[in-house]
Amino acid sequence: MIAWTIYLTFLGAIAALLLPRAYARCVALGTTVAGCLLAVSAFFEAGDFGTLHTIVRVPWIVPLGIEYHLAADGISLTMVLLTGIVAVSAVLFSWNVRERENEFFFWLLLVVGGSYGVFLSADLFLFLLFYELVIVPKYFLIATWGSTNKAYAAMKLTLYSFLGGALVLIAFVATYVAGGSFDLHVLSQVHFMPQFQAWVFPVMFLGFSVLAGMWPLHTWAPTGHVAAPTAGSMLLAGIVMKLGAYGVLRIAMNLFPEGFQMWRYPIALLAVMGIVYAAAVALRQRDLKFVIGYSSVSHMGFVLLGLATAQALGVAGAVLQMFSHGIIAGLLFAVVGRMIYPRTHTRFLDELAGMNLSRAIPFAACVFAVASAASMGIPGFSGFVAEITILLGAWRDYPLLVIITGAGMVLTAAFTLRAFSLAFLGGKAESTPLKCDPITPAEKWGAALLIVATLAAGLYPKPLFDHIMPAVLSMHWLKP
Amino acid sequence: MNYLELLRLISPEAVIVITALALLGLQFITPRARDFCFPKAALGIVAAILCVKFVLPANATLCGGMIVITPLTSLFKIIILLLAFFTVLLARDNSFTRHPCEYLAIILFATVGLMLLVGSQELLMIFIGLELTGLSLYILTAFNKSDILAVEAGLKYFLFGSTASAFTLFGISLIYGMCGSTGLEEISHRFSTESAQPLLIAGVVMTLAGFAFKIAAAPFHLWAADTYQVAPIPSAAFIASGSKVASFFVLGNILLVGFRSADGAMWQRFDPAWFPLVAIVAALSIIVGNVVALAQRNLRRLLAYSAVAHAGYTLLGLLATGAEGFAATLFYTTIYAFTLVGAFGVIALVRRETGGDDIANFTGLVKRSPLLAACMGIFLLSLAGLPPFAGFFGKFYLFTAILHSGESHAGRFLVTIALAGSLVSLYYYLSVLRVIFVDQSPEEAKTPAIQMDAIQRITLAILGLAIVILGIFPDLLAALITNALG
Amino acid sequence: MITLLILVTLTGAVAVSVAPRGMARLLALIFNAATLLLALGLWRGFDPMTGGLQMIDRHEWIPAIGAQYLLGVDGLSLLLVLLTSLVFPFAFLAQKADRTFCSLMLIMQASLYGTFTTQNFVLWFLFYEMSLIPAFLLIKIWGGANRDRAAMKFFVYTFLGSVGMLLSFLVIYRSSGTFDFAKLAQTNVQGRLMDVLGNSTLGFLAVWLVFAGIFVGLAVKIPLFPFHTWQPDAYSEAPTGVSMVMSGVLSKMGVYGFIRLLLPLFPHQFHVLGPWLLTLAVCSIVFSSLAAWAQTDLKRMVAYLSITHLGYCMLAIFAIDPVGSNAHVDDTAALSGVFIQLVSHGITAALLFYYIGLMEERRGKRGIADFGGLMQCAPLFCGWMGLALFSFLGLPGLNGFIGEFLIFKGSFGLAPVAGTVAVIGLLVTAIVLLRAIQALFSGPVAKSCEGFHELTMRENWIVLPFSLLVLWTGIAPGFLFHVINITVVQMAYYGADALQFMTAQFPR
Repeated sequence: MIAWTIYLTFLGAIAALLLPRAYARCVALGTTVAGCLLAVSAFFEAGDFGTLHTIVRVPWIVPLGIEYHLAADGISLTMVLLTGIVAVSAVLFSWNVRERENEFFFWLLLVVGGSYGVFLSADLFLFLLFYELVIVPKYFLIATWGSTNKAYAAMKLTLYSFLGGALVLIAFVATYVAGGSFDLHVLSQVHFMPQFQAWVFPVMFLGFSVLAGMWPLHTWAPTGHVAAPTAGSMLLAGIVMKLGAYGVLRIAMNLFPEGFQMWRYPIALLAVMGIVYAAAVALRQRDLKFVIGYSSVSHMGFVLLGLATAQALGVAGAVLQMFSHGIIAGLLFAVVGRMIYPRTHTRFLDELAGMNLSRAIPFAACVFAVASAASMGIPGFSGFVAEITILLGAWRDYPLLVIITGAGMVLTAAFTLRAFSLAFLGGKAESTPLKCDPITPAEKWGAALLIVATLAAGLYPKPLFDHIMPAVLSMHWLKP
Repeated sequence: MNYLELLRLISPEAVIVITALALLGLQFITPRARDFCFPKAALGIVAAILCVKFVLPANATLCGGMIVITPLTSLFKIIILLLAFFTVLLARDNSFTRHPCEYLAIILFATVGLMLLVGSQELLMIFIGLELTGLSLYILTAFNKSDILAVEAGLKYFLFGSTASAFTLFGISLIYGMCGSTGLEEISHRFSTESAQPLLIAGVVMTLAGFAFKIAAAPFHLWAADTYQVAPIPSAAFIASGSKVASFFVLGNILLVGFRSADGAMWQRFDPAWFPLVAIVAALSIIVGNVVALAQRNLRRLLAYSAVAHAGYTLLGLLATGAEGFAATLFYTTIYAFTLVGAFGVIALVRRETGGDDIANFTGLVKRSPLLAACMGIFLLSLAGLPPFAGFFGKFYLFTAILHSGESHAGRFLVTIALAGSLVSLYYYLSVLRVIFVDQSPEEAKTPAIQMDAIQRITLAILGLAIVILGIFPDLLAALITNALG
Repeated sequence: MITLLILVTLTGAVAVSVAPRGMARLLALIFNAATLLLALGLWRGFDPMTGGLQMIDRHEWIPAIGAQYLLGVDGLSLLLVLLTSLVFPFAFLAQKADRTFCSLMLIMQASLYGTFTTQNFVLWFLFYEMSLIPAFLLIKIWGGANRDRAAMKFFVYTFLGSVGMLLSFLVIYRSSGTFDFAKLAQTNVQGRLMDVLGNSTLGFLAVWLVFAGIFVGLAVKIPLFPFHTWQPDAYSEAPTGVSMVMSGVLSKMGVYGFIRLLLPLFPHQFHVLGPWLLTLAVCSIVFSSLAAWAQTDLKRMVAYLSITHLGYCMLAIFAIDPVGSNAHVDDTAALSGVFIQLVSHGITAALLFYYIGLMEERRGKRGIADFGGLMQCAPLFCGWMGLALFSFLGLPGLNGFIGEFLIFKGSFGLAPVAGTVAVIGLLVTAIVLLRAIQALFSGPVAKSCEGFHELTMRENWIVLPFSLLVLWTGIAPGFLFHVINITVVQMAYYGADALQFMTAQFPR
């Protein structure tokens, strides 16, 4: 049933492309809502979330033994749910796109469909197909509807993604050659030689971590996110960066536990570097969207730290952080890209400071306040639960890194607060607020959806934990 | 063996030859031949396909390998005929010549040459096919007598080609001298029993040089750029597609049947005396092709250099050796051929409307004709190796084949180069696509839709769809090839 | 019951934010009335004869990381809840407030209720942090001239402190497997917490680091010297209502944290660091009172004096040596003093900020030099304000006296040297306040104050109940003692051996 998220989205993409302009956005909304509902219903269905259940498995390309194999466990369901939520809000926040809407929603839905596919694949070739499928739509979204430096940013992002995909491809084929199959179930039973794992794991990890925005391979992310149109940034930071981390967890760590053990200290170190460096750089940015772009890199550092702990708690925290940050990043980019920029035509903090935005668009100020709180890791929002779980997992093996991460959290609070103060609360109270169009219903609904999601996950994370923990615990190579 | 049997075995070639002669005759009979020749040619090709499917036996060998019929050769004869069919469709827009019937006839002769190439396992017959194809293609390149660039390209092609043929012939004779036969099977026996003598190696090298020329592999690629850029579009399309497919097929035959080793089993691993050579050629092609393509301003010239690179990728499959490697090679070159035919089809239409085929002529194509833009997008992205297009699986198949084969060190090195090359190629393909989809043409007002008739629309749509479908269900073609390989 | 309290407040926050514009403050006050009733109901339901936690609310929340939804009150918590319920309506009445203002204040109120009643660290941290953003926004949007810096400083200091606390508690959880205060106290009682922590990665360094983390986090909140530099800016730049709430209730979170969190868990550290901590407290008292002497801005003066008053509380807490001494009577005195001082300081500080707010409203400025001879034009005002000022000073008969007296009684017994030096603080406070009274009230009417009018009827009615409370608590504090007695006794007598007041009636 959940496989229909993929099919529906692709059908919707084609429909959006071919139907008349007026219908494009309705089709897109219908498709994403349907996908989200499917994801929600699959998420709340009772079941055994610990094992990877096969949904579809048919032979596909016989000469290489490739199968069309979809499977899901608790972690996949969580990520599919995330995709559903962010997709719906991305469409809502793109409701006012007036230029070439057919193509816009076509590319958008392709990204969403590809992401669904990645999270549900259980065959290496299929995984790679969906993973690379997402690359070209990203390029066109940014190059056609983007803003600052869009041609350069789009090309950089695409080439980096392709580079990551290439590394992953080498690793996948090497795995096939050593393991004899492309199927995840079969491969997870194979025990690979430690010397083999010693080089395959880092290659695969590097390939995935490019997309996950690991320092120092992250430079495409701020440029790309800033240049992308709102929906593009939301999808990029919200979902696509998670594809890389998911790949690390599902494939790299799963198939090569010994290789992972060999390399996890450097990974943890790089992750923390990412957290602190990105936060420090964000503190110096003049463009609000750049601040958020760097904050994405910083938060993804948390995910990688969680994965590097090799402990059940840490990895569960990483998955939770993927979910949480997806929503929060979506919210932040939505406010900047859709609520602020079209009304103020500038994203520079010093210019925004004079516009008295808290009077002009109080709804946006509220939403951004909530988003900032969530981003800082204030309890009550999903970020806190995720971060605390990751830190709990990380303490045993990396106590020093935990302390440094604490410093990173303070930096995060500082830059988020700076951005919020300058953007909304700068300027004198008496200065005339900017005359702005009112906030549209679509924006309100989109923001509401994301805020409810992050609050629900922060106040009552038990359903998420119930899905994630069994799946993580069934990864027998993790220490509990 | 009576002549009826013989006729049966060469019926497809015979049909094509008759069609060609009929076309040549037609132009003398009626002045309105221009209108009839295309349907006639198309009909002839379809008849030949039907012959291959229904008249040919499943397996046959004639005269010590001169004519060999196996499921694989039949499959590839059909593919070549299909490519010729599309070329004929492309040639309907024949403003470059006053003698379309001759033009078509020569295309058909080239087709015959390709079919002979494919259907033989004997060096002399291969040479005949090579020469027939080559001479026809030289003429096709220079067919537009009023375009001096085309004539120059044709001359270059001819000179290069003749030299290469000379090398090939010399190599073949050396091999004959050392092995005592020109049949690939016998040669392989000799290879397995005798050690590698210098003359034999020289023969191998020279033969390979000739074929490397044919597939436009570096450093034998210098003719390709001019030919692709200035030859009449149907000629260029045919050179890029049909000639490539057949050449790879034959190269594979020679390397994997002829120069194989002691084990003697079909398509199996063997003593790779020629391995380092081909590996270097492949690596060089990938690097040179991609790097030089970065600098191109003309789309056809860009496609030429990318053809060099793709020749490099395809050679990886041959380097993999074995059934898997050969299947990968054949798969990739087939989809590549159809992609190029489609790309040239788009270029033809744009050239007709805008008067040129520089990349700048494609600005804003998406507004003028969404179908053409979409098709070009599909073709270029398939060339770049991105899903869900056939090129993605093609490259994946090639890389899997070579890493799966025994040569893992060289294999890793080559795959890395290939992926790096793909990364570079993605850059220039995306640049072209950006021009097509994103850039606005300066004269916004004057962007009339591009006129196409139904046949052109349907053809391009079919080709585009085929690439997408083969990308999602590559088994359709891959299984055919693997089964035919046996 | 407690959950209801918090929920009502949060509902109020939401309702106020969507209410029609003019109704915001009225609606907030209605909700506050409801919470006050609920708090009184809690008081009625509270059995002062039994020790331990009462009115326990307990649910599973995030089992994977040991976070439990656990609320309960004992004497101290109840007192602080009542204080919150009183100060907030007062703050609402003190200034005009629009929707956002009311909404943010109600969120802070909810977070305070939560902080004072939770028994599980994750929940505690949630409520603790919940108050940060509203406070920041309140200062930043409605504050005075220097509000940007003040707000940012406040936030960064407090956040830094809370990150330290978070990390420390994560370590504790990792080592002991629970976030529950009661369980942790019990673990400690059995001597295992130190061992458990000592077994963690950093060895015994871990214990000290953890202690330092929590200590800093709480010390920032009180504030304790030398982590206090954010406070004068924040209190003076904040609008009246916010200053009242911050000094009245928010600062109590820190002291409460010391008593509830730090003392039961790290008695050994308190024992070892005793002299140093006492020094800190004394410095806090003395320096801040001297600094108050140097202030010309009334609000800053009261802010510094707040530090002094809370310094007394810290003096008492640090003087209690849970491990070493056996002076239980002194311990009892000191602890009672702390509790009473918390309440009385809360009310008095709120009153003072209210009066200063009134003065600023009438005159436009709030420097000591800006006023003179107010007694002549507004005698009633001076009377009420004088009451509050004298209570702040510690005049017997008013509520400030009880707390200070008990604190010093206890401290002299437990740490005579520190107590003696701390008397300087008392002295300087008296000087500062008397000087203020003289400058503001007596003497000829200053030219600028001619327009200074008397308290209006409405203001009178607002001030009356609180001033009465000041008097009543000063004269007959028995009702307060009644509430806290058992708690104090249990804390003092059982000390480090067994904080059974937490475990006595705890259903498993």
